[in-house]
Amino acid sequence: MAEPEVTAETPAAAEEHAAHGAGHGAHHAPTGFVRKYIFSIDHKVIGIQYLLLALFSVVLGMLMSILMRMKMTWPDHAWPVLGWLFPEGAPGGVMTPEFYLSLVTMHGTMMVFFVLTTAPQGGFGNYFLPIQVGADDMAFPYLNMLSFWTTLLGLVVLVSAIFASGGSVIGPTGGWTGYPPLSAIGHLLNVPGQGMGVNLWIISIAIFCVASLLGALNFIVTLLNLRTKGMSLMRMPLTCWAWFTTAVLALLSFPVLLAAGVLLFLDHNAGTSFFVPGGLSNGTTVIDHSGGSPILWQHLFWFFGHPEVYIAILPGMGATSHILSTFARKPIFGYRAMVFAMFAIGLLGFFVWGHHMFISGMSPLTGAAFSVLTLSIGVPSAIKTFNWLGTLWGARIRFHTPMLFAIGFVSLFVAGGITGLVLGQTSLDLSMHDTYFVLGHFHLVMGVAAIFGMFAGTYFWFPKMFGRKMNETLGKIHFWPTIVGVYSIFIPMHAMGLVGMPRRYSQFYEMLDGKLVWIYNFNSPTYPLIQFVSWAAIITVSVQFLFIFNFFWSLFKGERASDNPWEATTLEWVTATPPPHDNFGGRVPTVYRGAYEFGVPGAPEDYVLQTTPDETGPNVAYADEAEGQGRGSSNGNDVHG
Amino acid sequence: MATTFTGDKETAVAQTEAVLDITSTRRRGGRGRGGNGRGPGGGGGPGGGGPGGGGGDEPRRFSPERYRLGVLVGIASILMMFTALASALIVRSGMHTSVDWRGGQMPTFVYLSTGLIVLSSLTFMRAKASLRHGEEAGYKLWLTVTLLLGLGFLAAQVLAWRQLVAAGVYLASNPHSSFFYVLTGLHGIHLLGGILALGYLHWFVRRAGGPEAELKRRTLTDVVGIYWHFMDVLWVFLFLLLFFWR
Ligand code: HEM
Ligand SMILES: [Cu+2]
Repeated sequence: MAEPEVTAETPAAAEEHAAHGAGHGAHHAPTGFVRKYIFSIDHKVIGIQYLLLALFSVVLGMLMSILMRMKMTWPDHAWPVLGWLFPEGAPGGVMTPEFYLSLVTMHGTMMVFFVLTTAPQGGFGNYFLPIQVGADDMAFPYLNMLSFWTTLLGLVVLVSAIFASGGSVIGPTGGWTGYPPLSAIGHLLNVPGQGMGVNLWIISIAIFCVASLLGALNFIVTLLNLRTKGMSLMRMPLTCWAWFTTAVLALLSFPVLLAAGVLLFLDHNAGTSFFVPGGLSNGTTVIDHSGGSPILWQHLFWFFGHPEVYIAILPGMGATSHILSTFARKPIFGYRAMVFAMFAIGLLGFFVWGHHMFISGMSPLTGAAFSVLTLSIGVPSAIKTFNWLGTLWGARIRFHTPMLFAIGFVSLFVAGGITGLVLGQTSLDLSMHDTYFVLGHFHLVMGVAAIFGMFAGTYFWFPKMFGRKMNETLGKIHFWPTIVGVYSIFIPMHAMGLVGMPRRYSQFYEMLDGKLVWIYNFNSPTYPLIQFVSWAAIITVSVQFLFIFNFFWSLFKGERASDNPWEATTLEWVTATPPPHDNFGGRVPTVYRGAYEFGVPGAPEDYVLQTTPDETGPNVAYADEAEGQGRGSSNGNDVHG
Repeated sequence: MATTFTGDKETAVAQTEAVLDITSTRRRGGRGRGGNGRGPGGGGGPGGGGPGGGGGDEPRRFSPERYRLGVLVGIASILMMFTALASALIVRSGMHTSVDWRGGQMPTFVYLSTGLIVLSSLTFMRAKASLRHGEEAGYKLWLTVTLLLGLGFLAAQVLAWRQLVAAGVYLASNPHSSFFYVLTGLHGIHLLGGILALGYLHWFVRRAGGPEAELKRRTLTDVVGIYWHFMDVLWVFLFLLLFFWR
C-alpha cells in the first residue's frame, strides 16, 4: 500500500482513539460495573454473555422437548400445572395438538438459532479466537458488543412470541423451517399462532441474521488482520480455522435467510405473493394471493439451512480436534488435511441444499446432482474422522472430562453422519423424508454432537475463563448417563422412522374408554420405543442439571487452576488465568511453532508452547524470557525432518 | 514422531500461506528466522523489517487493512442478500405458476435517480483526488456534492414510488411491483448508511493530528468510497434487472 506507515502510537493518540470509539483495541480496562460486565466491549465478557444467553435458551428448549415427549407418550393425561400455566393451550392440563406444534417450532428455533449458532461461535469463539491468535481484542470491539445485544434483542422478540401468539399456542405452528403457504397466510384461515406469532418469529430471525452477520464480519477480519507475530495461518489452532470457516458460512448464508424473511414478512402482512400460489382455500375462505411459489421459499431457506448445520457443527469439530490432541498428548494427525477438509465441508455445504427438497417435485436429474454432491461431503467428513482416530491411535490418553466429551463428539458425529449418507440418496429419502428417521439423524449429528462440543469446550476452557476447574467426578458422572441417554433417545427414533412414524405429529394413539387406540395401525409396534425414548429423555435432561450445578458450584468452590492446567500448547494457556483485560497484560506473544507440538523428541516436557523459540529449552511465554536460558542449541530442526 | 510440518513440504506450505495470507497488523516486524518455518516471520508475511524482537509494549496500531477488509467482507454479505433477491425475482418471473407476471412498470423517476447515483460516484472520485492532492476545500466540496447527489437519488426513488402509487401500482399489485418496492427499498436503506458515512467523513473525521490522523482519514475515505461505488454498481444492476425482467 502507498499509505504512510505509522509505526507506533503515542499513548495520547491511543487515548484519543478510545475516546472516539473508532474501534481501536487500545482501550483501557473499564472500571464501572455497567461498562465492565453489561455494555462491555471486551470480547471475553461478550463471549460469556453469549454463553449465558445460550444456556438460558437451551434450558427453555429442553423443557419444551420434554413437554413434547409428554404429549406424545401420554396424550390424554391431564397435567394440572400445565392447565394452570396454559389454560387454553392445555385446557384441563391436556395439551392440544396446536400447542404441541408450537412447542416443536419454538424448540427448533431456540435450539438452532439461539443455542447452536450462539454458544459455539459467539460464546467460545468470541472468548478464545482473539486470544488464540494473540490479539488483544476483536477487530471491531463495538461491533462485537452490538452483535451480542442484537442477538439478545432477537431472543427477546422470540420469547415474546410465546406470550403474543394467542392463548392456545406459544408460537407459530409451522416448525423452524416456516414453510409457506401456512406461514404466509395461516392467519387468514385462523390457524392459531400464525398471526402475531409468525410475525414475531420472522422478526426475531431477521434480527438474528443481522447479529450473526456483524459477528461473522468481526471474526473474519480479526483472524485475517490481528494475528500476532509468527502466527501464520498454518500455525493456528484448528479451533481458529473452525471459527473462521463458520464465520464465512454465516456471512454468506444468513443474508439469504434475511432476504427470504423479508419476502415472507411481506407475503404475510402486505398481501404480496412471493411464496403463495393461487387458488388456495380451506373450503370457506378463498385466499386472494396468486402466482407465488412455496418451493421458492424452500430453495432460499435451505440455501441458508444446510450451511447452518455446519455453522452449528464446525466449531465443535474445531474444539474436538483441539482437545483430542491435547489429551492424547500427540500432534493432531494430518493438520493440513484437517484444515482443507473443514474448508471442503464448508464449500460443498453450499451446493447440497436440494437434499432437503427431494420430495418437492424437483426433476430427477437435479435430485441426482444434489445427491452426488451430498454424498461427496462424506469424503472430507471421513478424512476428519480418520484423522481424529489417527490422533487417538497408540496415544496414552488422559481421560479427563473434556476428553470424554470430545470422544463422545466423534462417536455422535459418526453415528449421525452415517444416516446422512442414507438420507442423501434420493430413492431412500423419498420414503424417509419427514419421518422420525430424519429426527434421529439430525439430532445426533447436529444437535447432540454440537452440544457435546460445547460441553467439551466448557469443561476444557472453564479453568481459563474462571480460574477454577470444574469438578472432575461430577463431570464424569455427567458424561456417562448423558452419552448413554442421548443414544437411547435418538437411536430408537431411526427405527420409528423406518416403521413410518411421521415427524411433527402430536400423537400416534389415544385412549378411548380406557383402551389404547392407534391412529395409524402400522405405528403400533413402536409403542415400547415411544415409552422408552420419553423416559430416556426425562432422565437425560435431568442429568443436565448436574452440569449446571457443577458449573455454578465450581465458579466459587472449584479447585483453583494454574495458567496451564491441561499442559496444552496454544496461546490461551500462555497468558494468565483468567486473562487480563487486554489478554496478554500489555505484551505481544510471538509464535514460533505449530499449534499441536506434543511429544517432541528432545524437548524437556511432553508439550512445547507455541511461544517457545527452542523446543530443546524450557517452555516460555515470551521469547525474551528465554534469552538467558541457553538458546544456543540451534539445531532443533531435525525434529521436523 | 511426526510433527505438523515436514521439511520438504516447507516451501509448499509457505507458498500456500503467502497466497492465503493477508497482512496481519500484528505480524509486521517479525524477524525472519530462515527457512525452517518456525521463526516468527515464517509464514511468508509481508515486511521482514521492523523493530524486531518479540514482547514489549505495542499498542494496537491504526490498521488501514482492517477497515478495508471490513468493508469488503460486509459488501460480500450485502451482495449475497441481493443475489438471493435477484434469483428470487428471476425464478418468480419464469415459473409456470407465474401466470400473473405481466408487464411491470418502470416509473420515469428511476432514470433520473440512476443518473444521479452514477454521477455521485464520479464526484466521489473527485473528492478522493482532492484529498490526495491535499486540497482541503475541494475535498469538502466534492464530499458535499456527493452527499447531496445521494440524497437526490433517494428523493428520486421516493418520487418514483409516488409515481407508481399515482398509477395505482402498489406493493401487492403485481409481482414485478412487489420486487420493485422491495429492491428499491432495501437498496435505499443501505444507501442511507452510505450517506451517513459521508456525513461522518465530512463533519467528524478530523484533519489535524499528524500523519496518523491523515492516514486514518485517507483510509476511511477509501473505505466509504468502496462502499459508495458498490452501492452505485448495485443499483445499476438492480435497475437493469428490473428493466429487463418486466
Ligand atoms: C433431550 C434432548 C432433545 C429431545 C428429547 C428432543 C426432542 C424433540 C422432539 C420431540 C421434536 C419434535 C418432533 C416432531 O414432532 O417433529 C424435536 C424437534 C427438533 N429438535 Fe429436538 N430434542 C432434543 C434436543 C435438541 C437439540 C440439542 C437440538 C439442537 C439442534 C434440537 C433441534 C431440534 C429441531 C431443529 C427440531 C425440528 C423442529 C421442527 O420440526 O421444526 N433438539 N426435538
Ligand atoms: Cu442439509
